Amino acid sequence: MKPWNNKAWFFVLPVLLLVAFSAIIPLMTVVNYSVQDSFGNNEFYWVGLEWFQEVLASERFHNSLMRNLLFSGIILLIEIPLGIAVALAMPRRGWGVSVCLVLMALPLLIPWNVVGTIWQVFARVDIGLLGHTLAALGVDYNYTQDTFDAWVTLIAMDVWHWTSLVVLLCYSGLVSIPDAYYQAARIDGASRWAVFRYIQLPKMRRVLVIAVLLRFMDSFMIYTEPFVVTGGGPGNATTFLSIDLVQMAIGQFDLGPAAAMSLIYFLIILVISWVFYTVMTQQDNDSVTDGRQGGGQ
Amino acid sequence: MDLTWMGWTTPTAVFFVVIGGLIALMCIWEAVSPGGHPRKGILQFETTRGDRLFVTLLGSAFINLAWLAWFGSPLWWALVVCAVFALLVFLFV
Repeated sequence: MKPWNNKAWFFVLPVLLLVAFSAIIPLMTVVNYSVQDSFGNNEFYWVGLEWFQEVLASERFHNSLMRNLLFSGIILLIEIPLGIAVALAMPRRGWGVSVCLVLMALPLLIPWNVVGTIWQVFARVDIGLLGHTLAALGVDYNYTQDTFDAWVTLIAMDVWHWTSLVVLLCYSGLVSIPDAYYQAARIDGASRWAVFRYIQLPKMRRVLVIAVLLRFMDSFMIYTEPFVVTGGGPGNATTFLSIDLVQMAIGQFDLGPAAAMSLIYFLIILVISWVFYTVMTQQDNDSVTDGRQGGGQ
Repeated sequence: MDLTWMGWTTPTAVFFVVIGGLIALMCIWEAVSPGGHPRKGILQFETTRGDRLFVTLLGSAFINLAWLAWFGSPLWWALVVCAVFALLVFLFV
């Protein structure tokens, strides 16, 4: 008798159908569009790999990609350590837990376009609390005209909006650590840093993988917030790939080049996410293997 | 069913049939000769057969894009490089 029952695969069918309709069919359509030119009305003209060549040689694409990579890099460098620090500072018992969790969850409940609008008004020099205060303090700040100010505003907005997610994920990792670990550390006279390095950080690794992946993918695909706050400006200073893509597809109705660009964009996200995931889960596997070897000795 | 909105062409249909065929082939391979357990290759991370197919396909996409950016079309030689890359991935990764 076979030790397994392949009929269990039928349980996967509904998910497969859902993924097909939400992801595979649209992806197939994008691939089809990327090798053709279209003027609407379902009329297509074969152009082969011309759009891919055009996008790969385009300075506009290179600049948007670099801006996106820089933005995601800065976001990860700020949000991950900050999220860990806030999670470590949060109480583990008492009424403070509920208060902190609700406060942390609040920014996550606000829709992207509303976050953009809040910050667009908040940072305005004439009426916004932040912009007006900075101007009153003598800081030369204007996110609509200065590239640096626009970047600082977008980064601050993203940190405000999404650090909570990292905090909640890290906090869930921290509360799952049994007290026995801390008791053992106290008996050994471990320092605060040693507890963090050898107990808390390894126990948070799995949730950190999720946090890094989510924040990378989200920040690399960011569209609504920068579009609402800066509209990609000043000039093209905050035109990220997604904004560029929408301008190309909807603004210029260049469906072919936009499809080619979105496929390259998709491949970049896929490869970077895969590298992150592989490196971080591999470290996890290695630590489990080391632990087993250590335990066996 | 009218699928004109999807803008199908013969080359893109062949592309997806090949990808689907590769996945089906992997299933048949695993059924005929089970052995898709994780192993550590030269890159020092664990991969199953499915992982190696994923690495091959993803790598091939970038090989083709790089070829297109540096040498332009056609991509026949890039396809040869992809085949060699696939062989190396399945043997050593």
